[in-house]
Amino acid sequence: MEFLQPATWSEALAMKAAKPEAVPIAGGTDLMVEINLDHRRPATIIDLTHIKELTEWGMDDGRLRIGAGVTYARIIDELGDRLPGLAMASRTVGSPQIRNRGTVGGNLGTASPAGDAHPPLLATEAIVELASTKGTRQVAANEFFAGPKKNAMRADELIAAFLVEPARGPQQFSKVGTRNAMVIAVCSLALAVDPKRKHVGIGIGSAGPTPIRAAEAETFIQEVLEEHRLWERHVHCEPSALKQFGELVAAAAKPIDDVRGTADYRRHALAVLARRTFRWAWDDYRKSK
Amino acid sequence: MKPRLAEETTSGGRVGDRVRRPDAVQKVRGDFPYSSDLQVDGMLWGATVRSPHPYARIESIDTKAAKAAPGVKAVLTFEDVAGENAYGLEIADQPVLASDVVRYWGEAVALVAAEHPEQARRAADKVKVEYAVLKPVTDPEQALLPKAPKLHPGGNVTRHIKIRHGDQNATAEVVVTGDYEIGMQDQAPLGPESGLAIPDGEGGVDLYIATQWLHIDQKQLAHVLGLEPHEVRLTMAGIGGAFGAREDLSMQAHACMLALKTGRPVKISYSRPESFVGHVHRHPGKLHYEHGATKDGKLVYVKARIVLDGGAYASSSTAVIANASCFAVGPYQCPNATIDGIVAYTNNPPCGAMRGFGSVQNCYAHEAQMDKLAAALTMDPVALRRHNSLETGSALITGQVIDGPVPVAELLRLVHERPLPAPAAKNADLTAMPGGVSNTTHGESVKRGIGYAAGFKNIGYSEGFNDFSTARVRLSVVDGKPRVEVHTAGAEVGQGLVTIQAQIAGTELGVRDVMVLTADTEVGSAGSSSASRQTYITGGAVKAACEAVRERVVALAQSELKSGEGLRLEDENIVGADGNVLVALATLLGEEVIDELRVFRPRKTSPLDPDTGQANAHMQFAFAAHRAVVDVDTELGLVKVVELATAQDVGKAINPQAVEGQLEGGAAQGLGLAVMEEIQVQDGVIKNPSFTDYLLPTILDMPPVRMDILELGDPNSPYGLKGVGEPPTISSGPAILAAIRAATGRPVTRVPVRPHDLVL
Repeated sequence: MEFLQPATWSEALAMKAAKPEAVPIAGGTDLMVEINLDHRRPATIIDLTHIKELTEWGMDDGRLRIGAGVTYARIIDELGDRLPGLAMASRTVGSPQIRNRGTVGGNLGTASPAGDAHPPLLATEAIVELASTKGTRQVAANEFFAGPKKNAMRADELIAAFLVEPARGPQQFSKVGTRNAMVIAVCSLALAVDPKRKHVGIGIGSAGPTPIRAAEAETFIQEVLEEHRLWERHVHCEPSALKQFGELVAAAAKPIDDVRGTADYRRHALAVLARRTFRWAWDDYRKSK
Repeated sequence: MKPRLAEETTSGGRVGDRVRRPDAVQKVRGDFPYSSDLQVDGMLWGATVRSPHPYARIESIDTKAAKAAPGVKAVLTFEDVAGENAYGLEIADQPVLASDVVRYWGEAVALVAAEHPEQARRAADKVKVEYAVLKPVTDPEQALLPKAPKLHPGGNVTRHIKIRHGDQNATAEVVVTGDYEIGMQDQAPLGPESGLAIPDGEGGVDLYIATQWLHIDQKQLAHVLGLEPHEVRLTMAGIGGAFGAREDLSMQAHACMLALKTGRPVKISYSRPESFVGHVHRHPGKLHYEHGATKDGKLVYVKARIVLDGGAYASSSTAVIANASCFAVGPYQCPNATIDGIVAYTNNPPCGAMRGFGSVQNCYAHEAQMDKLAAALTMDPVALRRHNSLETGSALITGQVIDGPVPVAELLRLVHERPLPAPAAKNADLTAMPGGVSNTTHGESVKRGIGYAAGFKNIGYSEGFNDFSTARVRLSVVDGKPRVEVHTAGAEVGQGLVTIQAQIAGTELGVRDVMVLTADTEVGSAGSSSASRQTYITGGAVKAACEAVRERVVALAQSELKSGEGLRLEDENIVGADGNVLVALATLLGEEVIDELRVFRPRKTSPLDPDTGQANAHMQFAFAAHRAVVDVDTELGLVKVVELATAQDVGKAINPQAVEGQLEGGAAQGLGLAVMEEIQVQDGVIKNPSFTDYLLPTILDMPPVRMDILELGDPNSPYGLKGVGEPPTISSGPAILAAIRAATGRPVTRVPVRPHDLVL
């Protein structure tokens, strides 16, 4: 196994261009498990942990630009106020040790349907910045996930950062697992309320071949809020509307039966999570009046 | 050439003291040498080729490519088994390496030794085995049908226990029936199967190994290796948990074969996924029960059919089904019983010993039945249990009359009367909610439930087994001070035998410096660290050996001091009848070494009558009761166990700190089976062989355990002690199930409880 350790971003991109089959490693919380279990034997690994800019974040034209190598622990500590949904999801990732090592960039690279960072990125319409020696391009989170553990990256690209607007309203993340900590999602849901755009974003995890944005449910709840002037009146929506909202979220999922749960249960649980997270977020919005 | 082992330690303390484990700090810091850390210079690494099919005929095995692979020193198949290619704890039905048929997914077929573990694993992939795949038998009920293929020459019934007690045609005014299902739990010891075999150059081998019983390993190894027992010497290496998973051979014979073949030390250490196929599991089961009672709540009869899935090989199935049957009605008086306990061979992973040993499965059923009966009688479930509790002098359904304290009603009273935890707080921290930090509820749909359960089982080996332990105790003077060395083959599996032995020697001989030597086969058998028996039996042997040493000290003092009666050994001095110190022990001994070996045997037991199951089959019984308080998110089916309360009679707490640890740890393992731990097997294949998907409880799942530890003193045992380790695992889970039923109003008849069982 060849182990490459670039000192700069441009060096890393050049290495990836020269060896497109090379596998990048940051926290190693996915890749090292695969190597240790002998599920994967990459011929070449590119260690990205020495590249300073990947571990930095800052504002970029109204958006937060967060380096792919920023760990979950730092997102919780440093960005919890600006990205509450992502921070809530980050808190549910593995153990403290994993959160100290694991990165959102790595989560995107693996592109597992169960990746905890994905639903909040979908709900907040985040953008993934990909780079190669040929330049950079931006891909909407909604278009980034291409299939089970497949993403829109080209072979010569690395993930540079993700861009997301600081929260303008309440955000929630909720994850069902069969134990009370350190658990892979049976299903998960992120919800982001944006009063300025009168937008509600919803991302679903672990309930389909990819993380899923529940677009129909988003449209439905936005119409309900609009129609009854709930943004202005700061009151709750009708239980019947909330019920329908939950059903639409469940309908957006494409779950299967597996060792972690059944498809029926996942749909059922997503409807419950949708109703609950919306109620929590809307309560926060009403109180913020 | 010896690998680094755990230090021989002195922990001090007397019987009844709270003694800290000598290895506690090392284990927390990661310095403790577990068996997976064993190493010597020049050692090879072994890897195992395993069957990818649950049931298949082996057509051919081609080792050529593997032998030619880099670093490979040996590739072995069944043809290299020098002795008989069959072993097993009760029935020798399992091959060391499969020859003609594989009967479960992951069965060992060939072995590789290479310079590097990765070379060994890669070469293992190059062993070409051609299989003719057969349709596996994966349902024990199907396996029992006449048309089922015979997986072993004697058929698929591994054992059928019949208990026919009292009137077989008894009828009752109130009758409740139920069907219950138990999933396959794993012992999940954190230390994987591992050991190091070093050839002695004269045809024999030394094996450093983490095992529960050195001498049964030695006996089985000599048999399969074609050696004399003295040519196979075993030394205990650091054990990272056992819980029954280390009763059977795993890699022992394989490492020895490779070492003898190559003439080099060979280490085998399983990966986590391999560990899941490398040891037996707790038997899954289906249990059908019928309880009949009078209108005022006295049990009239219990009828039960208990079918356990033994998997591909017998392991200790025959003893597990005996327990499941003997204790089928729980710790209650029941004048009439008809019990059929059947364990069947299938092509599922082999099942065997796990903490609780047959008494866990039936406890879920009999306790659910007691609640159902209470509901039918509109009686309080605790009152119903206390109304029927076993007492001193009660007869079990096997006809055995129990002597000694039998405080079942008292244990139930204690857990029942303990104050309840505060109701769930509004806006409580997420960690206090069902779903925990995953933020699934802020109190919505959370309902509290409370449940009770009681359970019991036998301590020690049963059914006429020749149970004993051996201890050697040596008293000498080191650096001017008396030193006691205790040598047994007892396995310190984490339960605390290491302090127990020192405490007993310290108590009996009054010497402060007590060294517990490394367990090995140089001393006689201690029997297994199983069946909650080791403190009793090996503790008894240490006590007996110490008493023999003490008698010789007193005799020496009498002879040296020319003194008569009344001398005794006290606080490292010889004291006269008047209490005056006559001579220091160190002075008396001088160069003299007093060395005594003793064998301790508990009370004899008898085999079960094959037609009626009647017998005095058990040596001692231990009882516990639990109360569980749970919060259930009734919309999502997520559970938070808020509190467990337990009461248990331990006879005498030799090391109260260790006893508390057993009560907590055992309850955690019970909780695991109740709400999350399950090996999921589909068509004979394990679908979740890793800690990613085989979930163990975390600190957010395991609540505080409130305990009442009773020390009622068994008149027959050393210091009055009772075995402690298993009862906490028996009734904790059934109490949680009762609490979940109370919270949800659903019958919930299967464990582990899955979220969808509670909401769909």
